[in-house]
Amino acid sequence: MLNQNKLLVKLNNAGVKKNNKWLVKGVSLEIYKGQIVTLIGPNGSGKTTTAKIVLDIFKIDEGEVTKNTNKLAYVPQKIAIDWTLPLRVFDFMTLTCKLKISEIEDALSLTGVVGHLYNDIRNLSGGEFQRVLIARAIAKKPELLILDEPVQGVDYSGEIALYNLIKKISKDFNCGILLISHDLHFVMSATDHVICLNGHICCSGAPSVVSKNPAYLELFGERTSSTLSLYEHKHDHTHDSDGSISK
Amino acid sequence: MFDDFFIRALIAGIGVAIVAGPLGCLVIWRRLSYFGDTLAHSALLGVTFAYSFELNASFSVFIISAVIGLLLLSLQKRTKLPGDALLGILSHASLAVGLVIIGFLSFIRIDLMSLLFGDILAVSLQEILIIWVGGFLILIILFFIWKSLFAATVNYELAAAEGMNPDRTNLIFTILLAGVIAISIKMVGILLITGLLLIPAAMSRNFSKGPYQMVFFSAIGGVLSVIVGLFASLEFDIASGPAIITVALVFFILSLIPLKK
Repeated sequence: MLNQNKLLVKLNNAGVKKNNKWLVKGVSLEIYKGQIVTLIGPNGSGKTTTAKIVLDIFKIDEGEVTKNTNKLAYVPQKIAIDWTLPLRVFDFMTLTCKLKISEIEDALSLTGVVGHLYNDIRNLSGGEFQRVLIARAIAKKPELLILDEPVQGVDYSGEIALYNLIKKISKDFNCGILLISHDLHFVMSATDHVICLNGHICCSGAPSVVSKNPAYLELFGERTSSTLSLYEHKHDHTHDSDGSISK
Repeated sequence: MFDDFFIRALIAGIGVAIVAGPLGCLVIWRRLSYFGDTLAHSALLGVTFAYSFELNASFSVFIISAVIGLLLLSLQKRTKLPGDALLGILSHASLAVGLVIIGFLSFIRIDLMSLLFGDILAVSLQEILIIWVGGFLILIILFFIWKSLFAATVNYELAAAEGMNPDRTNLIFTILLAGVIAISIKMVGILLITGLLLIPAAMSRNFSKGPYQMVFFSAIGGVLSVIVGLFASLEFDIASGPAIITVALVFFILSLIPLKK
C-alpha cells in the first residue's frame, strides 16, 4: 500500500567511518511520502549518524544513498543560541528560506506558539522552543521531515502532545517523517516502521513486530517486552508541552 | 582645522567603519575574535612582502591574510591541536616572522608605530579609493552569502541539512575578513583591528532586538567612533588607531548603563 507513494529516500547498506571506526554500517532503509519511520537504539548506536546520512551532512564511506527530494527539513537534537546573537522567533523562522508572514504564522499556529512571534528565542521554555523548531521545519512545506529526539526534555504529557502534533503534521502535509526516539520502550503509536539500531540494523518492522523480535529482546532485555506498548488514555483536557492545561 | 588631509582621513575612516559593522557582528556571533586577531597579525607579514617585492600594501596584506585564514581552516580540520593553540601559533609566528623580516629590510625606513597603531591622517587618495571600492565589494559579496552565513552562524548542521552549503560560505567569509583587515590596517593598525570589529558590535548588542538592528547600530557606532576619534587624534596629537578604539570603548561603556536598571 505504501509503495504507491513516492519513495523519498533510500539507503542501501550505507556506512560511515570516522577515525577508522565505523559509526554505522550496513544501514538500509526506505522512507515513502506519508510514512513515519522511527529509529530507536541505545546511546551511540548511530541514530543521529543515520539521520545525518539522510541529510547529507555525513558522506557515506560505503553503500549508496538515493534521494528523490531536496525539500528536506531538519529538527536537530539541540540548538544553543549564543547570547551575543539577538534572535527572535521571527528571525529564526526564515533562517534557510524566504517565507511570507502568513506562512510563518500558520506554521506557528499549528504548533501552538504563534504568540511568541516577536519574542527572543532565549526567553522560550524548552517545550516552546521545540515547537518553534518544528514550526520552522514545516513552514517550508518539506517532503521529508527529520526529527532528532523532538520530545527530549519535555515532560510526559507534553510528550504525548508533541507526538500528536507530529502525527497531525504527517497527515496534513503528507510528508515522510524520520523520527529518532530517545525512548527505547515507547514508540509513537502512529509509526509505520521501526528500525532498531545498534551500529547496524538489529531488527526492523512494524512496532508490534519489533517488540517481539528476539534481537530486540536481547538488546534491551526481557522485561522491556511487556512495557513496549503505548499507554493511551482519555482525558477531558490536554496538557501543552509546558504542562499548562488547555481544553 | 579642516585641512585637506583631515577630510581624507574622515572619508577613509567612515568607509572602513561601515564595512566593519556587519563583519564585526559576525565575528562576535561566531566567536571568531581570536581568529580575527590572527588574521590581523599576519597582516604585518603582508606589509613586509609589499616592501620586499614592491607590491601594493593593501593587496599584499589581503593575500597573506587570506592565505593564513584558509590555512587555519584546513589545519583545524586536519590536526589534533585545539583551535586556540593553533590560532596562537599562527598568530604569533606570523607576527614574529614579519618583525624579523622588517629587521632585515634595513634599506627601507619603515614606521613600525604607524603599522602597529594606524596612521590614517596620512591616507592618500589612492588608498581612499581602495578602501571604498574594496569595502563596497566586501559588502556586495556579504549580501549574497548572508542567508547561508547567518544560517550557519545560528546552527551549522541546520544550514548543512537544508542545502545552505556552510563550508563554502565559511571559506568566503574568511576571505572577506582578510579583505576588511587589508582596508583597515592603515586606519587602526595591526594590533587594534579586531577592536574596531568587536567593540562597536558589542556595544550594539546591548540594545538590539534583532540581528539586522545589531548590524545597523554596529556600523553607526563604528562611524561615530571614527569621527570623534579622528577629531581627538588631531586635537591631542595621538595615533589615530588608539584614539578611535578608545572612543569606541567609551560608547560601549555608555551602552551598558541602561542595563543597570
